[in-house]
Amino acid sequence: MNAIFCLAGIVIKELYRRKDFYVLFVITAVITLMMSTVSFFHQAGIVRYLKDICLLLIWISSLVIAIVTTARQIPAECESRTILPLLAKPVSRWQVVAGKFTGCWLACGLALAVFYLFFGAVCAAKEGHLALPQYFQAFWLQWAMLAVVISMALLGSVVFSAPSANATICFTVVAAILIVGAYLQKLAALQPPLAAWLLTLLYFTIPHLEWFYAVRERLIFDQDLIGWGDCALATAYAAAYVALILCAAWLVFRRKPLTA
Amino acid sequence: MSIEAPTITTQPDPAVPAGQEAVIRIQGLVVQYRGRGLGQSPTVAVKGLDLDIFAGEAFGFLGPNGAGKTSTMQVLLGFQPPTRGAAYIYGVDVRQPIARQRIGYLPETTSYYKFLTAEELLRFYGRIFQIRPAELESRIDAVLKLVDLDAARKRLIKTYSKGMQQRIGLAQALINNPDLLILDEPTSGLDPPGRMKVREIIQRLKTEGRTVLFSSHELGEVETVCDRIAIIHRGELKVVGSVAGLVKEYQMDLERIFLKIIGYPPPAQP
Repeated sequence: MNAIFCLAGIVIKELYRRKDFYVLFVITAVITLMMSTVSFFHQAGIVRYLKDICLLLIWISSLVIAIVTTARQIPAECESRTILPLLAKPVSRWQVVAGKFTGCWLACGLALAVFYLFFGAVCAAKEGHLALPQYFQAFWLQWAMLAVVISMALLGSVVFSAPSANATICFTVVAAILIVGAYLQKLAALQPPLAAWLLTLLYFTIPHLEWFYAVRERLIFDQDLIGWGDCALATAYAAAYVALILCAAWLVFRRKPLTA
Repeated sequence: MSIEAPTITTQPDPAVPAGQEAVIRIQGLVVQYRGRGLGQSPTVAVKGLDLDIFAGEAFGFLGPNGAGKTSTMQVLLGFQPPTRGAAYIYGVDVRQPIARQRIGYLPETTSYYKFLTAEELLRFYGRIFQIRPAELESRIDAVLKLVDLDAARKRLIKTYSKGMQQRIGLAQALINNPDLLILDEPTSGLDPPGRMKVREIIQRLKTEGRTVLFSSHELGEVETVCDRIAIIHRGELKVVGSVAGLVKEYQMDLERIFLKIIGYPPPAQP
């Protein structure tokens, strides 16, 4: 565990010494602040649209941070050969995979917490109240979903040597799951048997990130909390996918040549 | 987990005191790489290497480019699994990460995390070795003074010159106070004072009783520093013995011995 947390610490330090997070935070903050100061047609319910756009920006920014940060981790270590002195220490390759995952997940969690604090402060100022449990649930479930995305990007980073190719594929896969993931079964019903079988298999294989995305609407429309039991189930669902994908990443990485 | 140590025997080499413990034991090592292209035959980098390196000696591992030195070192460091055969460090199979607990390694060309300062980098590596915090801080002070980087300890590594980067590499290799140092071309790309400094550090480690395995193309340096050498060519061990013994046996200096063994210059075509 010691090596895993040492590696995680390095990933967090790297993220906060680079400019990516700050740029995304400033962009999100500026857009949100500008929108919150403008009165659209003197409508009282306009705050709902503000929350919608602000949460969308938070989702996009957190996905960008998660995928871009994770995609470069192992390829950058191999390219700069920092992996050599690291693996010459008593560190196994599964510890490298677990450490990189932990670091990226914690770093994204910190970034996400900053985004949510800012979002909560703006919304509280506009609405006059703050539904803290709803915000915590939304934050937690989004963080759980990011764990799945980070593990996917980590698997991609040991399969594809170019971080840009990995990031592009990850964004495409995540976007596809978010957009069409829920409709795969409906689509399968309209297909010939073989295609229907394949689509059904795909439906039951992919991690359904869109289930986590739905929690966003509860914040926008001030709906009730999701049951904490359901929240725990969703967390367990994400954890199961993370474990499976990280195992696959380790299986690929354990035999991978370290240098070109 | 208990790992059975291989039986230790000594080589009949006058440079090796009787009863010495083999720090590194390589037995029938074969390293084979798959062909990259379709239908391309595999490349055998190391062909059945047997080698023992003993405690307290400075051992030079020599060979022309592509001889199999790096492949052997990669197996010793656990970067590459052996295709056949085995290697042990202090009796522990090199495939176990714990085999690297007493090793310091300096790669030939590498860069370190550029967003860290020298002391942050050393703290990171020290924590991986689970060195206690108070002891770690004193180790960091000691190794930074040893490699003359004490004044630059709070500077980001990205601002370091090549020589300074090589010295921080040496510092990270020494952070765990290793009993065995594996140095791959430690003076490569260094200016003469930098080379001298590295050579002094190796000599000092040798006098402290540490085992040093290093590969180098600088044969003069090898002759000065090493007790024994091995020359490997096309994956096969050609010669192993003490520097003085080989010079006496061949009646020529180490550079000529090396060239003779690797067959340079090649015989003229009729």
